[in-house]
Amino acid sequence: MFDNALFIGFPYAAVVIAIVVSIYRFWFDPYSYSSQSSQFLENRVLFFGSVPWHYGVIIILLGHITALLFPRLWGLFTANQTRLYVLEIIGLSLALMATVGLVLLFYRRMANARAQSVTSELDWVLLIVLLLQVGLGFWVAFYYRWGSDWYLHTAVPWLISLLKFQPNIASVTALPFWVKFHFINGFTIILLLPFTRLVHLLVYPISYLWREHQVVIWNKSRHY
Amino acid sequence: MDIRSHVSMVFHLDKCIGCHTCSIACKNIWTDRKGTEYMWWNNVETKPGTGYPTLWEDQEKYKGGWEKKNGDLKLKLHSRLKGLGNIFYNPFLPTLDDYYEPWTYDYENLFNAPEGDDQPTARAISMVTGKPMDNIEAGPNWDDDLGGSPIYARNDVNLDGLTDDEREQLNELERVVFFYLPRICNHCLNPGCVAACPAGAIYKRGEDGIVLIAQDKCRAWRMCISGCPYKKTYYNWASGKSEKCILCYPRLESGQPPACFHSCVGRIRYLGVLLYDADQIEKCASVPDEELVAAQRNMIQDPFDPEVIKSAKANGISDATIASAQNSPVYKFVKKWGLALPLHPDFRTLPMLYYVPPMLPVLAKTKDGNYDVSDAESENLPALLSSLERARMPIKYMASMFSAGNVKVVEDVYRKLIAVRIFKRAQTVKDYQQAEVDAALEAGNTTADEVESIFRLTALPTYEERFVVPPLAREVAVEAWEKPLDRKREAGFGVRNKIAKRKF
Repeated sequence: MFDNALFIGFPYAAVVIAIVVSIYRFWFDPYSYSSQSSQFLENRVLFFGSVPWHYGVIIILLGHITALLFPRLWGLFTANQTRLYVLEIIGLSLALMATVGLVLLFYRRMANARAQSVTSELDWVLLIVLLLQVGLGFWVAFYYRWGSDWYLHTAVPWLISLLKFQPNIASVTALPFWVKFHFINGFTIILLLPFTRLVHLLVYPISYLWREHQVVIWNKSRHY
Repeated sequence: MDIRSHVSMVFHLDKCIGCHTCSIACKNIWTDRKGTEYMWWNNVETKPGTGYPTLWEDQEKYKGGWEKKNGDLKLKLHSRLKGLGNIFYNPFLPTLDDYYEPWTYDYENLFNAPEGDDQPTARAISMVTGKPMDNIEAGPNWDDDLGGSPIYARNDVNLDGLTDDEREQLNELERVVFFYLPRICNHCLNPGCVAACPAGAIYKRGEDGIVLIAQDKCRAWRMCISGCPYKKTYYNWASGKSEKCILCYPRLESGQPPACFHSCVGRIRYLGVLLYDADQIEKCASVPDEELVAAQRNMIQDPFDPEVIKSAKANGISDATIASAQNSPVYKFVKKWGLALPLHPDFRTLPMLYYVPPMLPVLAKTKDGNYDVSDAESENLPALLSSLERARMPIKYMASMFSAGNVKVVEDVYRKLIAVRIFKRAQTVKDYQQAEVDAALEAGNTTADEVESIFRLTALPTYEERFVVPPLAREVAVEAWEKPLDRKREAGFGVRNKIAKRKF
């Protein structure tokens, strides 16, 4: 029962709330959709924190998603021991990079008075949850070994079953506590997403790659 | 030909007295909110000086504006891909320390301090952190009137082209010279901020050319701040949105000039419509440095030309706006007389705010309590009045600011301005010979009639002559989303229920 609530109820609730609130906020409070950058107030530590954090966590997140979307290919890829080694080493270094970056960002928010003045309570909650998540991820991959492989046979079937609306938690209930914590904390981040500055990842301006350089807006259509 | 109208500006620098009234008018209306305290949408700088934020003109530092690379016009800041890559950390962002940390004073302490042997003081309190500030190291106009010139004036990037001799002369006590440069957003035709914004939140209004930041679309990627070479977009650190001068469009829409224009004590500011050919924008921004001013003048069209009027009407520009363009003081200064120049055309953003460069007082020494201009007479130059040969500020300096280094362009402007002075001096004081006046007119490539008009609009303009605000017709803005006639006959006496939309 408890497992069902944790691995079925909570993920669904988190995702539904994330989608509904994100859309609501986008339409009814677009002004609040901002990354709330504080680079203007503090520049030095931010460089050593923000850059490794963002690049580290984005690549790792893409790895998670790739395995989820293409489990067969992922399985074939990790079947070779050399490739598995390389993948694990890359993953671990990226996780380390992200963790160190985030620790620096955490320190910056605590130590720099200017950065402090633009840090809300929710920002702290988010920072702690994120730090916990990358820390746990790093620890789990390091301590239990071959995360990229067994992720495929534990979490991925569970997540796919959730996506197919045929929840099956058999592959995750028996996992060690820290691994489960990583899963649940992950959905906590999804839950927090629409309520915090994390919404900025939903509006990553990819359209900059193709939009016209100049933007001109006419009050009414010009040719009439 | 794609004729558009643009609400444009001229600042006459000879008339600026550096009183900062414009800055205060702007601040009181727009930027006294939290997060905007350090913003000066309008500011007045002392030149030579490093300006605000410090060294804004140094594009090696901030990468603002455009550059020509292999014949193509490129943003100096980033390619599109690099822009997205640098989004987590913008390496060329000015930080609060390049402006100043805004502060207030703990005035309450003056009233509440316990009785003691010392006079209570009001300590400076940071408006960012709320903590006391022991050292205030910078502020707006920190280098006003050449304050701290060894640090500020000497590092002006426009001095780079000068010889060591010329630089030394500027520092001699007898020759010390400065002038004021009031700055607002230039509402450029090829704005760097718009092009640099990853979110596409910044746009130019088609009808009047005002550049605005859509606050609902801004996501604090902060590329506009670097992308604008004039550093006229500012980051609101409290709201996480960039903000900039809006040319007081709510005032313009109700027929009033912007607050900084309205409040200007020296009456240096002119506002009016320019008609320009939008097809030429890219070409004009791509010409070699020395041709930039000419190309920009060329892009501005004659509002009396029937062809131009036809094309303007085809683009939906109203008769009233065309009439306003014909009456525009900006058109006269920029195109007809060729006296007003864009600030730093070398940034290639095609700014639509133009400056009449300052003449600066003649260099003279006092001898027995009287001005001694015997130097000038011995050189056979007109005494008392400025002449180009004895310009106090090296012409190269002005060229670096106003004509991308093309000395000829600035010289032409000065020759005409000198002609106006000599002509009027001959008229009122009568200490010039007609031959000298004629020579000055010829050198200035001007005529007596033109000089009279220039004098009139420079020295004696009325409010209506300075500000020719076009009707922006915002009262019919509803037509953008609703055809007014569609709703005709839908309501009135006795109509209680909603009636179906008219079909015919």
